[in-house]
Order: sequence, then C-alpha cells, then structure tokens
Amino acid sequence: MTSPDRPRHESAMRRRLLLFGPFAAVLAAGGAFYVMLERETEGRFDPRGVPSMLIGKPVPTFTLPGNPGFASADLRGRPIVVNWFASWCAPCLEEAPVLMDLKRAGVEIWGIAYKDRPDATAAFLAGHGDPYAKRADDQPGRVAIDWGLTGVPETYLIDPAGIVRWRYVGPLTTDAIAGELQPLLRRYA
Amino acid sequence: MIRLALAFTLFLLAAPAFAISDPNEALPDPKQEARAVAIGEQLRCLVCQNESIEDSGADLARDLRHIVRQQVAAGKTDQQVIDWLVARYGNFVRLRPPFEASTLLLWGSPVLALAGGAAIVLLARRRQGESPPPLSDAERKRLRRLLDT
Repeated sequence: MTSPDRPRHESAMRRRLLLFGPFAAVLAAGGAFYVMLERETEGRFDPRGVPSMLIGKPVPTFTLPGNPGFASADLRGRPIVVNWFASWCAPCLEEAPVLMDLKRAGVEIWGIAYKDRPDATAAFLAGHGDPYAKRADDQPGRVAIDWGLTGVPETYLIDPAGIVRWRYVGPLTTDAIAGELQPLLRRYA
Repeated sequence: MIRLALAFTLFLLAAPAFAISDPNEALPDPKQEARAVAIGEQLRCLVCQNESIEDSGADLARDLRHIVRQQVAAGKTDQQVIDWLVARYGNFVRLRPPFEASTLLLWGSPVLALAGGAAIVLLARRRQGESPPPLSDAERKRLRRLLDT
C-alpha cells in the first residue's frame, strides 16, 4: 500500500516546492536587501567603499610645502591623524567642527590640502577653525595618488613607526571616532 | 574636393585623440597614445566609479590619464602601468577583476548557471521518459467506481 503511493506523495512535494520555492527565494533576497540598507544607514556597510592598500604599510614617501609643510619622515614617534581636505569641498565643511572636537580631545591632527590654493585654504581655516598642528599643500594632487586618495575628505591614522593603521573615507563622524579611531589611538599610543 | 577629402582623412586619423576631452593630453606618438587609451579603458575612475579613466571628466581621472601616458612614454609595459595603479588603489581600480580566490564565484557564475540549466534539462528529460507508476488496488477500485457511475 505504501510503496505504490510514494511517487504520488513525491510529486505533491515537488509541486509544493515549486509553489513556495520562489516565495522563499524572494523572501530571502528581501531580507538580505533589508540588512544591507539597515547597515548602510548605520554606516557599517558602504557599497562604494574601497579598501585602502596602505593599511599595515609605511606612509608613502613625500615632501610637501605648506604651512609649515611636512614630509613622510616627520610622521614618527607618536600616533598622528592625517586629514586630507580642501576649501572647495562641501563635506569638509561638515567635518570641520568634528575635527575641532577631536583636536580638543588632545589628538594630534595634521592636514594636507588637496588641489587647493594656499590662500583659499588659509581663508577656509580662518573661517571654520584650524584643527591642524601642521599643514601641507598638495596642489598638483600627485602625492594624493600615492596615498590612493579617492577624494576629500579622507582621514588616516599613522602609528609611531610611520605605518598606516586606518583610513576613513568621507566626513569624519563622532561615531567613527568613538568606535574606530579612539580604540586604535589607545592601541598605538 | 581633394582638399576636403584630405581634411576628412586627417579628421579620421585624429580619432584616438577624441577619446579624451583635451587633445593636449594625448601623446605625440599615435601608437603610444593608442596603448595609453587601451590601458586607461581598463582602469576605473575612483570618483565616478562606473566609468573608466578614459571616459571620466573627473580631475582625478585626468591626473591618472596623465600618469598612464607618462609611464607609457617612459617605456613601461601595460602590466607595469596597471600594477603601479593597483599598488595604490587595489584591484578595485581594474574594471576587469583578476581571477583569484575572492573572485572565483564572480568568474565561475556563468559556468554555474550553465551547469544548473543543464541539470534541470537532464532531470526533466529523465522524468518524461518514466512511465507512471501502476495503480494501487484502492485506486483501481476508485477508478472502477467512477467509470461505473
């Protein structure tokens, strides 16, 4: 009785699978998209994010003029945050108060102005606060390419040995500072 | 008429120069310029991420085009130029990702899709060939009842 019945049972199973399989697939895809969107709004997932090639490597060799300007060899002895910015960059404006808070918290920040006229840079810093202990100008934008810079602002953490430990693309947020930068600063202090 | 034809021929010869917006960017040697364009078309603009640096109007793309041309003129091979950029921007800068462990699924997906389709076809074929299972006693009884009424 049971054995001749089995094929019929099997085909009913198959029909059910054909009916609900697509539903399950759509549900799973929807769930995945939901998680992606959720993480994107929380800033934990960036579909356009490009991992930096510099992490764990020495800072690229450079010497830049500026106010007073600095060289890669100067980034030694203590953890230093290097912030790439420009006076023409709107997200940098948004970032300015966050950097001022970071400076007030006792973090040493050096700035590199990307493709900016020195007088425009100076005016920007006079208007929105100057968080930088030292400032260099990369007017041709050639050093930026060695850093793998994709735009401004970008922020890097250089450890006391001159090794790049962290990169953040876009305007720095208080969440990124508390969640990512501060623990690294403690580790490399 | 000859002058017009000449002008038109010159126009066609200049075609590679139109790949970029500024003709001043092009290398004087058309062979080298063609190589630079071919390399640039494989490289992603990091600002507008779905364009190659040859197509993009972004500042960074122009700088990268310039570097590609400098290196081509200096006699670097295509691979050396691409490696130079990959060292700075990672494999993301390549519009054609290399075949490696992390891209296995990407490159393997056509093969997977083909195998999946073949499996479905084979299963369907085999199922068609099967004769339906013989009726059970209960089914035979039920059939007779249905036919009688």
